Parts: sequence; structure tokens; C-alpha cells
Amino acid sequence: MNPNLTSKFIDIQNVEQTFKTPKGSFQALRDIDLSVAKGEFVALIGHSGCGKSTLLNLIAGLTRPTHGVLLCADREIAGPGPERAVVFQNHSLLPWLTCHENVHLGVERVFGKAEGKAQLKSRTEAALALVGLTAAAHKRPGEISGGMKQRVGIARALAMEPKVLLMDEPFGALDALTRARLQDELLAIVQRTHSTVVMVTHDVDEAVLLSDRIVMMTNGPSATIGEILRIDLARPRNRVELAEDRDYVHYRKAVIDFLYTRQGHVEKAAA
Amino acid sequence: MVSAVFHSPSASRKPLASVTTTSPVQAAAARPVFVGVPDATSASTERPAAAIRPPRDLRAFWLRVLPPLLGFAVLVVIWELIALRSTTGFPSPLKVWQQAVVVFSDPFYSKGPNDQGVGWNVLASLQRVGLGFGLAAAVGIPAGFAIGRFEFLSRMFNPLISLLRPVSPLAWLPIGLLVFKGANPAAIWTIFICSIWPMVINTAVGVQRVPSDYMNVARVLNLSEWKVLTKILFPSVLPYMLTGVRLAVGTAWLVIVAAEMLTGGVGIGFWVWDEWNNLNVANIIIAIFVIGLVGLVLEFLLIRLATLFTFEEVKA
Repeated sequence: MNPNLTSKFIDIQNVEQTFKTPKGSFQALRDIDLSVAKGEFVALIGHSGCGKSTLLNLIAGLTRPTHGVLLCADREIAGPGPERAVVFQNHSLLPWLTCHENVHLGVERVFGKAEGKAQLKSRTEAALALVGLTAAAHKRPGEISGGMKQRVGIARALAMEPKVLLMDEPFGALDALTRARLQDELLAIVQRTHSTVVMVTHDVDEAVLLSDRIVMMTNGPSATIGEILRIDLARPRNRVELAEDRDYVHYRKAVIDFLYTRQGHVEKAAA
Repeated sequence: MVSAVFHSPSASRKPLASVTTTSPVQAAAARPVFVGVPDATSASTERPAAAIRPPRDLRAFWLRVLPPLLGFAVLVVIWELIALRSTTGFPSPLKVWQQAVVVFSDPFYSKGPNDQGVGWNVLASLQRVGLGFGLAAAVGIPAGFAIGRFEFLSRMFNPLISLLRPVSPLAWLPIGLLVFKGANPAAIWTIFICSIWPMVINTAVGVQRVPSDYMNVARVLNLSEWKVLTKILFPSVLPYMLTGVRLAVGTAWLVIVAAEMLTGGVGIGFWVWDEWNNLNVANIIIAIFVIGLVGLVLEFLLIRLATLFTFEEVKA
């Protein structure tokens, strides 16, 4: 593990989230206490409706908690911003801009005041090169595949050099092969940039392969953190080698056990 | 979908002009129905060039050309039957054709303020439509943006809009004559008040329908209000705006003919009424075709414009 960790880079204290609906109030999350260290990769996993996206939105600042406080780098998270960049599940690229322009939008916002046009352009190009999409820079999102669109979304987030990278099931909409490829790319990128990442996923293998810690959430409503599993696998991680690794299999089993055995009966009761 | 080929009637005997349109514009008349984003894939199809060598392509060509021709032929047959049985001098297709040749041989003559060629008439009408419509766009589109963006304004103005929208253009005309004291401004006013509604409503709906994903992107990127407007709101609303414009143009063109019938002057509507007073029914029928054709061209151009600016909504 990186010895230069700031142990509480993201600090979530006693957070509760209740939504007002026409049918009354609905408590999505309760008693969330979590801290993420700088440079750490944390996965949030759980069944549908367990509030993982809600928690991510709270960290992103897209919603405010009804109770409790969220801190990032010792400052309260008051709203969304490019320092907590989000990669959305459906990439959310603007279809009337080219890939280059989409990434440039974020770059300009963050660095526009301090840097000139040429520098902004080189930043954009570097980000696209990072995800291997230099060739598609001048194509529109409608002209590229789903995997490529998601990569542009990642490029846009990374180009802003965020303090935290928040990813909401970023590969959920892709086929298994593309997903595997992008996971490997993400591993390489995170290795290079030492980003702090919080990723929501429902894929157990993805969580174990990519993260340093897996936060397993109980079922909603009123979901909370069930267990936190520390993944002590050496980096860089190779998926082919790890397939037979004892520790990998053990971690995987632990997560599945939580999800399907201990949380599974709650889902069956609800069904 | 609009598929049409235009032939000047004086060129060849076989007019191929046919209209197959699925848009509710022409049918909706004074009660505009707003549709969603125009389907980018149903852009107008072009007819292939005349010289087609492979027989397979030729077959496809005739499959596209024959049905509309047949439809038109049915119309001509019915028309001929009505003309034969008519005791009030309803002109036959042949007579109308001969008259059309006369009319279009000199479309831009000018023998005085009330006797001008069909070309001038059409242009005068188009000019009025352009002015009224332009004003309606200048007022209606920003109003639509405001109403779509701010819930309060929406609640303020929706009842008014619902109240005034169904009013027939001809009911607005006397008010225009009273206030503006002239036929021309009154006609422009009538066009304005009738074509503004689709633009306001469609723009407002467009603003409300901007996908929340894009707004989330704007929030995460912390974009300035101006950037949100130019990079996200405007391009996102553009297809809805253009639909509103298309509906408005259809209405405007409809309205101008009616308005001109009542006010006189130079214009295609006036020409229809004038020819009726001279019992020149052939010219009225020619006018019907001209009105229809110009309306078709306008719609066609706007659809083209719309498809230029409609990007496929990207689905994950």
C-alpha cells in the first residue's frame, strides 16, 4: 500500500439519506460511516436498490444528505465540482460535440483561466491518448461504439485531474469482453495517475480485481454498510494469473457469500 | 416522410408532383398538435436519376414512382367526372391545364396594384408570412425558453396559452385591423398570433425534456450559465424548436391565405378571392395547387434543416 496515504481523504460521517415521496418519506441510507484514503480504490457493491448510487451521488455532491456530513480533503462537500469527477453509467457525452470537444469542455472549465488554448488542446489530446482514442477524437458519439463512448467519459473525467474519480457502474452497459478490456485499461490508468477512485459496481469479479477495499452494502431500504473487505492482492494485477490465485478465489467467495447467502434471504423475502 | 418531385407545369405533360406526408401539420390546421423530436431517419428520399441501367434498380424506381402517379391519376379521373357532371361550369383538368400554361407563361407581370402575376402574388404572401413568422419566432422562442426553465412562469402562462391557442386566426383579424389600421399589418399580426403558439409550447417542452444526464454533466463540470445555455440547452432544445417552427410555418401559410381573402391587396389569398369574384374557377384550382406546392416546399426545407441539427440520442 502507498505509504503516503492521507487516511481520511474522503470522510463520510454518520450520513443518512431520506427522500420525500408522495407515499411518505423513504429512507434510502442510514448510519453510513466510511473513510477513503488518498490513492485508494474502493468498490461499492450490493443488490439493486441498496443505495450505492445514492451514496455515490452524495460523495459527488449532486445531492445533499438529510443527516450527517461528507468531507473531501477536510472540506465539506457542498456541491458537485470537477475535483470530484463523475463517470456516469451512460457516459453522458453531448451528442452534438465531437469526442475532442466533449473532453475539452471539462478541461476548459478547470484549466481555462490559467492556461492558454494550446495547452488546453494538448491536455485534451493527452487524455484521449490515455484511453487510446486519439483516432476517434473528431468523431461524434453517435459514430463510435459503446465501449469507446465510455472511454471518452473516463477521459473527460481524468482530464480534469480530479481529486477523486467517482464511477457509477461505468462498464455495466457493455458486453463482457469490452468490459474486461476497459477494466484492464482502468487498472493501468489508475496505476499511472494514482487516482483515488470510488466505484459502484454489481460485478463481484470486477470489484475484487480492481479495488483495494470492497464496501458491501446491505439491502435497501434503510441500507447501510454491511461489511468492508480489504483486498490484499499485489499490484499490478493480472486477471489471467489471478483466476487461479487462492486469495483471489477466497475474496471472491467472501463477497458472494455476503451478497447471496447473508443478504440473499432478505431479497427472497422481499420477492 | 415527404417524397416529392417538382416539375414546372409548362415543362412536360406528366406532372410528377405527389404528396405523401405523414406529418399532422396539414391536417392539424388551426389546432397545432405538437409532436416529439422529428425522426432523423425519415428524411426526405431523393428519386434516383432517370438513367438507371440495372433492371433491379429500375424495378425499385418504378415501385416508388408508380403509386403516387396512380394516386394523382385517380384524382384527375374524379375531377374529370365532377367536371363532366357539373352544371355550374366546373372546369375539367384539361381546361385548368391550358389556363395554367397561360398563367405561368408570364408569372411576373404587373398591370397595377391589384392585378399582378402569380409570381408576385406568391412572393407577397411569402413576405407577409416571413415577417409575421419571424416576429413570432423572435418573441416565441425566448418565451418558450423562459417558460420551460422556470416553473413559476410556466404556471403563470400556461392557462393563457391554453385559452388563446384554439382561437381561429380569422377571429384575430378584426382586432388587427382595428389596432393597426391597415390590411398588411393586420395580416402580419394574424400570422404572428397564430404561429407563435407552437413555437412557445415546443420550445418549453424541449427545455423541460433536456435529459437530466446532461444537466448532471453541467453540474459536475460546474459550467457557467452561459455555457449551459449554449453548449447544452440550446443544442438539446433545437430539434423541439424546429418542430415548433415546422408546425408554425404550416399554420402561418394556412392563415395567410384566409387573411388575404378578407383584406385584399397583393397575395395568393387575395388572388383566390379575386378570381372567385370573376368566376374564374380554373384559376382558383391553379391557386390551390400553387398554395399546396409552396407549403410543401416550405415544409421540405424545414425538414431538411431539422435533420441537419438532429443528432441521434446516444443510447448506452
